[in-house]
Amino acid sequence: MFRRILAGALALAVPFAAADVQAQEKVLKAVMHADVRVIDPVWTTQTIANIHGALIYDTLFGNDGNQKPQPQMVGKYEISPDRLTYTFTLRDGLKFHDGSPVTTKDVIASLKRWGAKDGVGQRLMGFVTKMEPVDDKTFTMVLREPYGMVLESLGKSQSSIAAIMREKDALTDPQQQVKEAVGSGPYMFAKDQWVPGSKAVYLKNKDYVPRTEAPSSFAGAKIPGVDRIELVWISDPQTTMSALINGEIDFYEQPTNDFLPLLEKARGVKLMKTGKIDSTQGMIRLNHLHPPFDNVKARQAMYYLINQEDFLRTIVGDPKFYRVCKGLLTCGGPYENDGGSELMKEYNPKKALQLLKEAGYKGEPITVLSATDHATITPATQVLVQAMREAGINVDAQSMDWGSVVTRRAKKEPPAQGGWNIFVTTSGGVGSSNPVLHTWIGAACDKGLFGWPCDPEVEKLRNAFGMAATEEERKKIAKELQTRAMEQVVFLPFGQWDTPIAFRGDKIDNVVPNTGLAVLWGITKK
Amino acid sequence: MTSYIVRRLFATLPVMAVVALFVFFLLRFAPGDPAAIIAGDDATAESIAAVRVKLGLDRPMVEQFVVWVGQLLQGDMGVSIFSNLAVTRLIAQRLEPTVALTLSTLFVAVALAVPIGVVAAWKARKLVDRLAMAFAVLGFAMPTFVLAYILIYFFAVQWQLLPVQGYAPIKQGFWPFVESLILPSVALGITYMALIARITRASMLEVLAQDYIRTANSKGLATDRVLLLHALKNAAVPIVTVIGIGIALLISGVVITETVFNIPGLGRLTVDAVLKRDYPVVQGLILVFAGAKVLVNLIIDISYAFLDPRIRY
Repeated sequence: MFRRILAGALALAVPFAAADVQAQEKVLKAVMHADVRVIDPVWTTQTIANIHGALIYDTLFGNDGNQKPQPQMVGKYEISPDRLTYTFTLRDGLKFHDGSPVTTKDVIASLKRWGAKDGVGQRLMGFVTKMEPVDDKTFTMVLREPYGMVLESLGKSQSSIAAIMREKDALTDPQQQVKEAVGSGPYMFAKDQWVPGSKAVYLKNKDYVPRTEAPSSFAGAKIPGVDRIELVWISDPQTTMSALINGEIDFYEQPTNDFLPLLEKARGVKLMKTGKIDSTQGMIRLNHLHPPFDNVKARQAMYYLINQEDFLRTIVGDPKFYRVCKGLLTCGGPYENDGGSELMKEYNPKKALQLLKEAGYKGEPITVLSATDHATITPATQVLVQAMREAGINVDAQSMDWGSVVTRRAKKEPPAQGGWNIFVTTSGGVGSSNPVLHTWIGAACDKGLFGWPCDPEVEKLRNAFGMAATEEERKKIAKELQTRAMEQVVFLPFGQWDTPIAFRGDKIDNVVPNTGLAVLWGITKK
Repeated sequence: MTSYIVRRLFATLPVMAVVALFVFFLLRFAPGDPAAIIAGDDATAESIAAVRVKLGLDRPMVEQFVVWVGQLLQGDMGVSIFSNLAVTRLIAQRLEPTVALTLSTLFVAVALAVPIGVVAAWKARKLVDRLAMAFAVLGFAMPTFVLAYILIYFFAVQWQLLPVQGYAPIKQGFWPFVESLILPSVALGITYMALIARITRASMLEVLAQDYIRTANSKGLATDRVLLLHALKNAAVPIVTVIGIGIALLISGVVITETVFNIPGLGRLTVDAVLKRDYPVVQGLILVFAGAKVLVNLIIDISYAFLDPRIRY
C-alpha cells in the first residue's frame, strides 16, 4: 500500500518538476497578427510565415531602419566597376541547425528557389545570367545589365524574404512547401511542439554567431535574447488585450485600434511605433479587364469618391495613428512625392457619376467584393460602397469571407460570370515605399496582380528605377512613375496608418521596431 | 444486448459513408480556394494556379474523392494543405483540451443543475422554484461570450485569481490544468446547467405525481430518500438524454468559448480549417464528430436499459 502511495506521489511530482524546469527558462510569449500554419516563407507570401522564417533562417543582407541594405550572412562583398558582377563571401561561423556549415551551394540553391517564386526575386533573377560558387564561402552573381536593387532585394524584410536554406531543402519545387524548417538563424523551430492554430515554439540557437553591429530593423546583430519564443495564437483581440494587461503574454504585434486607449493606460504596457514608416497602406483595386473600368476615364472618376479622412476615421479613429496620403508610394518613405496627387483633390460624388457616364457607364451593376471578416478591409469596403451609392452608382456589394475574396479576385471572367469590378485590400508600408518592391504599383497586364492593369510605360519606369545609379535619379523616376500610375489608376489609395506594437515594458527589453515584419530575436526578458 | 450493440455499430457504417460523401462535395462546391489563401496577398493568378496543380486541386472532383476514400480505408485521413502535418496528429493535439473542457463543463453543469432541478420540483410553484427557474432562464438566455468576458474581467483582470486565457495540459501539473479550465467551464456550464435544470424539474414533477411516490411518502420515508432514490432514478432517462446531447454538442461546437478563453480545442480547429479551406482537416473533423455523435447516442441508449429495467433491447 505504502509503495502505491509513493508511486502515486512521484507520478504527480514529475509534472511539477517539469513545469519548474520550464519556469526557469526565459520564455517570450508573443501574439502575432496570425497563426503559423505554413513553415516555408518562400512558398507563401503570408507575413506570418515570413516572421517565422526570419527567426529560423538568415539572409545574405538585411535592410536597416532607413531601408538601406547591410551585410548579414555576407562578410564582405565587391561590385565590379561595370556593376555587372557581384562577389559575395560568407562570414565565418555560419552553421545550420543540424550542425552542417552553410556553403555557397546552399546559398545559390536558395536564391534560385526564392527567385523562381517571389515577385521581387523574379525581377532580380530577370537580370541575373549566372550564379557560380568560387569556393565554399565565395560566390559570384553576374547580371546582364546593371540593376540597382540587388542588395535591397536580398535584404528585404517583407514577403518573401530571401531565406537561405540547406541545399537539399532549397531543391524542393518552389510550388511545394519544404518539409523541414532547418535554417541557420538565431532560433530553431521546434516542430514537435508546433500546434498549428495555437502555438509555434522556437528554441535559442546556441551556436549562432551574431554580427557585431548594433541591431537596426532587419539588419545588425541578431543576438538571441531568450531561451524560447512562443508565438501564441489568440484569435480574440479582447482576450489578447486582457492577457497582455494580466502579464500572461509579453508582446502583442497588432492590437486592435479600439483598444489602444486602454493599453496606453494599462500599467506595465508600452506602445511602440513599428518603425519610421507607417505599417499599412489602404488600396482600392479596380478590374481593368471589364467595363466600366477598362476605360481610364471611368477609373479616374473613382478618385472623386475617395475622401481619405472618411476611410481612416472609420478604420483607425485616432488621427495620431493615421495619415492622409494622396500618393501611391508610402508617405514618410524615401520616395514620397506628389506626382499625380492633383487627381485626388476633391470628394465629389456627382462629378464621379458624371465622369462615369461620359466614359460609357449606363447604370450596370458594379460588383464589389465585400469582405465581412476583416478588421480593416471590411469597414473600408463599407465606406466605399456608401460613397458609390451616394453618387447613384448601381452597386452590387457581394458579402463573403476574406478567404472567398482572395479566391474570387483571381477570376478574370466578367462580373456577371463570377468575376468582379472592385475589391479593397491593404499593403505593407515598407513594401509600398519602394517602386520595385511595391508589386501593386505594377501594370504588367496578365502577369501582374489581380485587376491586371496594363501599361508598358509604368513597367518601363519601374525597370528604370531598378537600374538607376544614384538616389537623385531614383527620386526623379519615382515621381514620374507615380504620376503615370495615378493617371492609369493602378489602384486608388485611401490613406495609411500605423498599428503600434504593444508589449510589457516592465518584463521585456530590446524591442526593435521594424515595419512590416516583427523582429523578435533580440528581445530580452528582465 | 451484445447483438444490439454490434448491430448499432454496423449501422454507423452507412451513416459515415453518407457523411463522407456530403462533406467532401459540399466543401468543393463552397466558394473559396486554399491555393489562393496559401499563395498569399501578393501572389499572381499564375502562381495560385501553380500551387493548385501541386496540391492536386485541379484534378476532377470524383478522382479527388476516390483518392481520399482510398486513404480513409487505410486509416489515413490525409495531411493538412497548409501545415503538411497529418490530420490525425492535428486532431489528436486538440483532443485533450476538448475532452477536458467537455468533462469539466459537464461536471459544473450537472453538479449545479440536478440539485436545482430536484429542489425546484420538490418546492414546485413556491418562491424557491421560481428563483431557481429564473436563474435557469437567465443562464440559458445570457450569451456565453458575455458571461465569459464578465468572468475574465473580474476573476482574471481585476482580482487576478485565475488566468485570462490558455490551456495548461495536465502534464504541466494538476493545479495549472484545473486553473485553466475553471472560467471556461463555468461560462459554458451555466448554459448547460440551465437546460439540464429545466429538464430535471419537468421530469421530476412528472414522477413526483406518481402513485408510488405517494406510497413512499405515506409509509414515512425521509424526503431525501424519496427524492433521490425513488423519484430521481425514475426521472433519469430524459436527464441522461439531455446530458448526452450536451456531450455531443460540447465535443464539436464550443467555438466561442474556445476562442474567448483561447482553448486549442476541436471547435477552433474546425472553424480555422473552414475559413482557410483546409479540406482534408475539415473532412477528417466532420467524420470524427459524426463518429462521436453516433457513439454518444449508442451509450445513451444503452444507459436506458440500466436506468429503467423495463427497457430491453
